Amino acid sequence: MGQYLLLRHREIPNLHQLDVYRAHGGFEAFRKAVTSMTPADVLAAVKNSGLRGRGGAGFPTGMKWAFLPNDRWPHYVVANADESEPGTFKDRELLESNPYQFLEGLMLASYAVQANQSYVYLRGEFWALAQKLDGCIAELEKAGLLGENLFGTAYHLRLATHLGAGAYICGEETALLESLEGKLGQPRLRPPFPATHGLYNSPTVVNNVETLANVPLIVEHGPDWYRSFGTEKSPGVKIFSLSGCVNKPGNYELPLGTPFRELIFQHGGGIPNGGQVKAFMSAGASSTIVAADDAALDTPMDYESTQNNLNAPLGSASVIILDDTVNMADLVQKTVHFFKHESCGKCTPCREGTFWMNRLATRIAAGQGSEKDVDLLAAVARQMQGKCLCALGEFSTMAVVSGIEKFREDFLHK
Amino acid sequence: MNELLSKYPQEVQRILARYPAERKRSAVMPLLFLAQAEKNYITPQAIAEIAEIAEVSATEVASVAGFYTLFHEEPGGRYRIQVCTDLPCVLRGADRFLQELKAYLGIEVGQTTADGMFSLEEVKCLAACHRAPMFQLQGDGQITYHEDQTLETVRALVEELRARAGKEA
Repeated sequence: MGQYLLLRHREIPNLHQLDVYRAHGGFEAFRKAVTSMTPADVLAAVKNSGLRGRGGAGFPTGMKWAFLPNDRWPHYVVANADESEPGTFKDRELLESNPYQFLEGLMLASYAVQANQSYVYLRGEFWALAQKLDGCIAELEKAGLLGENLFGTAYHLRLATHLGAGAYICGEETALLESLEGKLGQPRLRPPFPATHGLYNSPTVVNNVETLANVPLIVEHGPDWYRSFGTEKSPGVKIFSLSGCVNKPGNYELPLGTPFRELIFQHGGGIPNGGQVKAFMSAGASSTIVAADDAALDTPMDYESTQNNLNAPLGSASVIILDDTVNMADLVQKTVHFFKHESCGKCTPCREGTFWMNRLATRIAAGQGSEKDVDLLAAVARQMQGKCLCALGEFSTMAVVSGIEKFREDFLHK
Repeated sequence: MNELLSKYPQEVQRILARYPAERKRSAVMPLLFLAQAEKNYITPQAIAEIAEIAEVSATEVASVAGFYTLFHEEPGGRYRIQVCTDLPCVLRGADRFLQELKAYLGIEVGQTTADGMFSLEEVKCLAACHRAPMFQLQGDGQITYHEDQTLETVRALVEELRARAGKEA
């Protein structure tokens, strides 16, 4: 095995072609699962591996699958390829260059929950990737890896892609399901959760692209092998999308638990023009702003350490670097404008809160705000917290509250 | 007479076949993309035809078309240049790039060039933060990414598309 588990296309040319992927062991895990493992065996392997959702929430994948009731059918698996968090561009690289590993993971997940029809929901902007993925699915049908009586068993599976059309909120799993049903992408009230009432009111698993790309390796090499990477509570590797004020932005596949300092300076080549790192965001625009002191830079990038040490989520691990030229009032204006634009309008705290936060943040960033405006902005954000229907509203307050708390001077002296 | 259905019978069937037979409503968004590829925006007639195919009301189709940013209810340029000006892109010069592009095309954001070829739009994150400045080009029923952009690269693209349109005419 080479350096990469997920970004294997960087070592194996043309891995996006089915024959090349198969020549490197591709679809052996799927064959093994369907011919010699029960669905419960596959589920147990993923559960024991400790794999956690890579889309942001970090929820244990095996547990999510196990929630599906066995007395209600059909079951569905939906791959979430709606990658839209500012600073996140990892799924796009997997879909583009290693699509079959992701599809094999989706097929294994489908087998584990005995789904016979699964979907890939891609953001509309990934139109060209959806065309390619449709081509991959056709190749798999031709090769007998999708369709009826797979490997001579009774199991059958079909895949299809579904394109969104420009809405960040569709990355939220219940909004995604609404969109897949042909409706506005607005989150559902929960419970019930998708595990019991998901697509077409059927039991449904929604998993991120990167999460699924891990599954063939776990089935092939076993959970103990997978646990040899990462930390005890955050096993495995993660693709970190590094962007912002850094010399070498890009995707870096590293074991969970790697310190921020190593990502930024060793892999990312440090800060351009001899600048200093002032702060960073660990989970894209949805993150708190973390002041980049030594303790923060030495924090391991895993779900627990990031949350506990920095009060910031690891999320989808989209690390945005901010150097000493960045004014945090400008940054907050950008993030708040984003969430105001993307708020679906269904619940009042988010719809109204993001609107008023955007007004205030825009005034402050233009240098026309008073100290009272800064305090009012922080107050609106705090009043939204814990009151929104889904996580989007909550996320919109993160940079506001932490930015004003840690970098108040930036807001007062524009 | 359902023009969409009579003009694209195979495409419509292929779209419907992706979903359970009793779940035709799921086809609304793919059908909106199909209709938009034809005229570059969604016409009221297309809304009515999609409603008939997906067996929902025209109001429901119109609300979906209005909710999502990639569906356009007004005709714009043949190509929409959609520049990402979100946080990570701005940290890498997207604002300056947009200013240069506005000066080159001679239009503001939201406007269309006099020859009807290009509309300029600002959009949110496109998952290409490491290759900013960047934009996507929506037109002719396609969406393509253009990354690591400079005024020179976008000028070459604009000239090429204008030359191609000139030959078609």
